[in-house]
Amino acid sequence: MTPPGDGAVELHRLVKRYAAAGGERRAVDGLSLSAARGAVTALLGPNGAGKTTTIEICEGFRRADSGTVRVLGLDPAADGPALKPRVGVMPQSGGVPGTARAGEFLRLVASFHATPLDPAALLERLGLTEHARTPYRRMSGGQQQRLSLAVAVVGRPELVFLDEPTTGLDPQARHATWELVEELRAAGASVVLTTHNMDEAERLSDHVVIVDHGKVVAEGAPEELTGAERQLRFRARPGLGLEELLSALPAGSAAKESPAGHYLIEADVDPGLLATVTAWCASHGVLTEDLRIERRTLEDVFLELTGRELRP
Amino acid sequence: MTAPLDLSPAPGAAPLPRMILSQAAYEVRAVLRNGEQLLLTLIIPVVLLTLFSATSLLDLGPGDRVDFLTPGVLALAVMSTAFTGQAIGTGFERRYGVLKRLGATPLPRGGLIAAKTLSVVAVEAVQAVVIFAVALALGWRPHGDPGSVLLLLLLGTAAFSGFGLLMAGTLRAEATLAAANLVYILLLAVGGVVFPLDEFPGGVRDALELLPISALAEGLRDVLQDGAALPGTPMIVLAVWAVAGLALAAKFFEWE
Repeated sequence: MTPPGDGAVELHRLVKRYAAAGGERRAVDGLSLSAARGAVTALLGPNGAGKTTTIEICEGFRRADSGTVRVLGLDPAADGPALKPRVGVMPQSGGVPGTARAGEFLRLVASFHATPLDPAALLERLGLTEHARTPYRRMSGGQQQRLSLAVAVVGRPELVFLDEPTTGLDPQARHATWELVEELRAAGASVVLTTHNMDEAERLSDHVVIVDHGKVVAEGAPEELTGAERQLRFRARPGLGLEELLSALPAGSAAKESPAGHYLIEADVDPGLLATVTAWCASHGVLTEDLRIERRTLEDVFLELTGRELRP
Repeated sequence: MTAPLDLSPAPGAAPLPRMILSQAAYEVRAVLRNGEQLLLTLIIPVVLLTLFSATSLLDLGPGDRVDFLTPGVLALAVMSTAFTGQAIGTGFERRYGVLKRLGATPLPRGGLIAAKTLSVVAVEAVQAVVIFAVALALGWRPHGDPGSVLLLLLLGTAAFSGFGLLMAGTLRAEATLAAANLVYILLLAVGGVVFPLDEFPGGVRDALELLPISALAEGLRDVLQDGAALPGTPMIVLAVWAVAGLALAAKFFEWE
């Protein structure tokens, strides 16, 4: 058995079952992970993968059917009173009374903590100062999300759980959220977030855990996951003879045209390969445009691992 | 950019009394600025008191009408805050995940219940001051022992809070809204608040006297109108309702 590590969150063979039509469904199915202290860990997965259930078990809202959970070395089901002051929680939505004003609710939660952040400064920071007196139900979705983030961090927690912190945010609000997460990390806090936004996972995380069907399907630093594999893209006139081009490339390479005039070469891209492709194009009187070498994105890895079919 | 924030971790819970006071103050503000709640907690009791005291629309038996009405309206005020308002407010807090979210803060569940109780008592104090002022202006002459009045009000608050929280913690929020208002209107009509129970046939009257609203209204009348101290039957009826309601709420309340 793996001994419990000293990460901010340590999950070992976590299982959570729900009653479902025609039996039971395992929302979390033997999931193990370790989220390091002082780092940003992203749980990335399609809808229904078990991300929120996992995070809610860590927050103490749900109990696992089996497996072990350690949050800052404690058991959230048993040690709630010791844990709650140390952990900030941003749920996926809601949780604020509709009639509560933004500033009022933030001050209320701040008053539950010994040395909270200044609520006014935090509102200012998240661009909510002019909505400080706006009732929650009259705020836009993005403003509600930002208030929810403020509530999660106002108590100066050691560990913050953010469940889809940027879903539905406009680009400015998304960047403001990202900057705050980066600052939390720089200040020594641990962050565990869920997302299905690849940019977010890639940009923010030290460690990405890809979850599907309640299990970890891959994990690592973003650059480990995307790996060394590269690909070559260019545009040219439609209908090039790709079979012929491929015969000039090393075995194992692949080439496709999709949509018409957009070409993708998946191969071990090195200077030699690049020269071969451009030389082949030159010899066929083809001018390549927008030629670029790309690393696989997290999105490529994600779709490869979790498939392309739509999730309910 | 804006002022820097010190995000370095510095966790710690505030002292429990401070958390409870701060949550209670929030809840009192929420009630007092909610128009519908204010209608139930202040406007309806004051209108009933004024209307039926100043006119002879109702045959209220011998004695000054205001002396009969004030205890009943006080009982109604307790029911509106401890039962109707609390059930609806808490029901929607549960539905919108507020209880869950507060559950993630250092405020313990017991602290939240204490804060709710404190805010109910504070709102009732405001109601009592307003009702007493209006009643005195209408010529009310109270008798009796203030300690007995206080005890009756506390027992009534406990009884109504138990069932309010039971409803909020078990039914859907919309069902709670409908049911809590329905119960309010029914008990207003048949609970001896403004319509004397003497008007009902004997058997029905005996049954109605076992309702918490009738026990509270009659108990308050025994003290304030007739000068009795510690009216036994109403206090026992209220205590039974209080124990039953709070026990059921503790057992069946679901936080989300």
